Amino acid sequence: MRSKIIEIKNLTKKYGDFTAVDRLSLSIGKGEIFGLLGPNGAGKSTTILMLMGLTEPSDGQVSVCGLDPVRQPIEVKKRVGYLPEDVGFYDDLTGFENLVYTAKLNGIPHREAAEKSRQLLTRVGLQEQMEKKAGKYSKGMRQRLGLADVLMKNPEVIILDEPTLGIDPSGIKEFLQLIVRLSREDGITVLFSSHHLHQVQQVCDRVGIFVEGRLLAEGNIASLASQLFSGSAFSVEARIASGDSATDSSGMSGFSPENLTGELRKIEGVENVSWNNNTVNISCSSDVTSEIARVIVSSGAGLASLNKKEYGLDDIYYRYFEGGTNDE
Amino acid sequence: MDWTIFTTAILKEEQMMNETTIQNKTETKTGWEDKIQRFIWFLQDKFKTIQNPGTESGVFRAMVLKEVSDHIRSWRVIILIGIIVLTSVGSLYTALSGISDAAKPGSSEDAFFFLKLFTLSDGSLPSYFVFIGFLGPLLGISLGFDAVNSEHSRGTLSRMLAQPIPRDYVINAKFVAALLVISVLFFVLSFLVIGAGLIALGIPPTPEEFLRIIFFTLLSIVYVALWLNLSVYFSVRFKQPATSALAGIAVWLFFTVFYPLIVNIVTKVLAPSQYAPVRTQYLFEKFKFAIMQVMPNELFSQATSTLLMPSVRNLGPLTMEQVQGAIPGPLPPGQSLLLVWPQLTGLIALTILCFILTYITFMRREIRSR
Repeated sequence: MRSKIIEIKNLTKKYGDFTAVDRLSLSIGKGEIFGLLGPNGAGKSTTILMLMGLTEPSDGQVSVCGLDPVRQPIEVKKRVGYLPEDVGFYDDLTGFENLVYTAKLNGIPHREAAEKSRQLLTRVGLQEQMEKKAGKYSKGMRQRLGLADVLMKNPEVIILDEPTLGIDPSGIKEFLQLIVRLSREDGITVLFSSHHLHQVQQVCDRVGIFVEGRLLAEGNIASLASQLFSGSAFSVEARIASGDSATDSSGMSGFSPENLTGELRKIEGVENVSWNNNTVNISCSSDVTSEIARVIVSSGAGLASLNKKEYGLDDIYYRYFEGGTNDE
Repeated sequence: MDWTIFTTAILKEEQMMNETTIQNKTETKTGWEDKIQRFIWFLQDKFKTIQNPGTESGVFRAMVLKEVSDHIRSWRVIILIGIIVLTSVGSLYTALSGISDAAKPGSSEDAFFFLKLFTLSDGSLPSYFVFIGFLGPLLGISLGFDAVNSEHSRGTLSRMLAQPIPRDYVINAKFVAALLVISVLFFVLSFLVIGAGLIALGIPPTPEEFLRIIFFTLLSIVYVALWLNLSVYFSVRFKQPATSALAGIAVWLFFTVFYPLIVNIVTKVLAPSQYAPVRTQYLFEKFKFAIMQVMPNELFSQATSTLLMPSVRNLGPLTMEQVQGAIPGPLPPGQSLLLVWPQLTGLIALTILCFILTYITFMRREIRSR
């Protein structure tokens, strides 16, 4: 088991009557890339602020690198880099000067600061724009500069709050790859929040789904699906060619939806079978598509199409976020 | 050495206490207990930074330097300095043109030529110290009104607070930087006036005059620092720089225009009749004096006029008894300073009050990005 670098226990944050984060418990291992996925206003940013010691929790404990952010915010900030949502720079300074200033805030002496800033700018691919004023940077460039800024203190953990907001698709891809590369090269733990599931799916080792202040589920994509869909990670949709005509023309007997349902239920792993006109929906915990096909064919029904459906983050997302909000 | 041992002992004791309270915290946790706990932690952190400043002071210096360079480069400050330099040149000119009439041989005040440069006016333009009293607040407000909220709206504040610096460094650096700019400006202006006086009058200032001018300059810096702190407070309190600038100007206008008006109305209503006993009249005058003292600009003008005019021997009402037997003559600088001591402490206290207010508001604030 990997050692835990971030541990959250029963973390709660209340603003008056409103509970932004509700008894959150979560732990993140060293070197992991963890995605915090949730719709806007789910409490992702609040959780991040509490991790950084930028706001005080109402209840519960947080430990980052073995430190309590409420008690030792400065020690935590020495080890954790935080890229806020929609980060800003001093527009009248160049990207390089901005970085040097951050270095100085971290107590790095001037000469070293300049050296390191140059290095980091090259690393995030901004060496060409180094002497350009930060006010003239595009959004994508600003995010890269933000990443360089975060890496300035040689962090053990970096926390990125909605880092991909407002960047174009190709920029997002590059940026995410940059994060993954940096994390792998330096063994940095990355926690990043997003409401964009595809990005999270692309880069994260583990994902936590966050809705209305509660963590609904956590784990990698496959285990998430099984957690959320109570074991039925797969779904097979089969369309049966019209049963009546089949019996009429070939005289084949023995086919009836009831029989077929019974047969299908006998297959190991099948959990539910439901009919909708000529289509049958079968949800199962493991991939038994071929078995299903065999059973349908041998039952005498005409198999018009067979569709295997794997639950992606998409389904998880829509099922939970949209379903969740409608229910309540 | 002893001190360090002592404080570490205290810290250890506190730490032990903390540990026990943490254990208790899970069982019985009330709001105020928690607050006291956090306050103790905060004090501990402060203790630690005081004990080993090391790199921290370097960080603070870097922040102050950045703020100063921001100020110097900004158009706002350049324009303001331009205005102040122009007005001081103007008032210096009127003072110089009127100085030959003012220097009447034989009068007790003719020894203070240089101070006249600061106080004299021919009526077309107010004198130098009146100008500073008028423009100083404006300078202070304009240096501070967007100190914190502009950082917030640019999105740099949350980035800065994610760096390993104590949060109060942010406002401390802003305050110190602005104060540095003001101090340099005022000292330069005062020395320029002295220099111009040297050339125009051909006689050097006496040590006493020089001392008085230095006191006056320091006093003006304190006065501007008060308005600076007030506007920094507004910049923490209000999200929009325009709102906080307006709030600062509103306070300034209130004290320069409306408050005297209100005082006037109140005192008119309360005024005792001409035939009231002396004691009542005396108390009324005292009261009138006291309610005027609430205004920072009144404190400033009383203090500066006393410092720059050695012949001012008292502030506030006096009875005939007290005046009896007094020989009119200039006061030595030490005595003048003693006379304005209450005003000076009042100004410094107001400055500190504003600063504490800023501190409390800012330290408790949750900083979200933009």
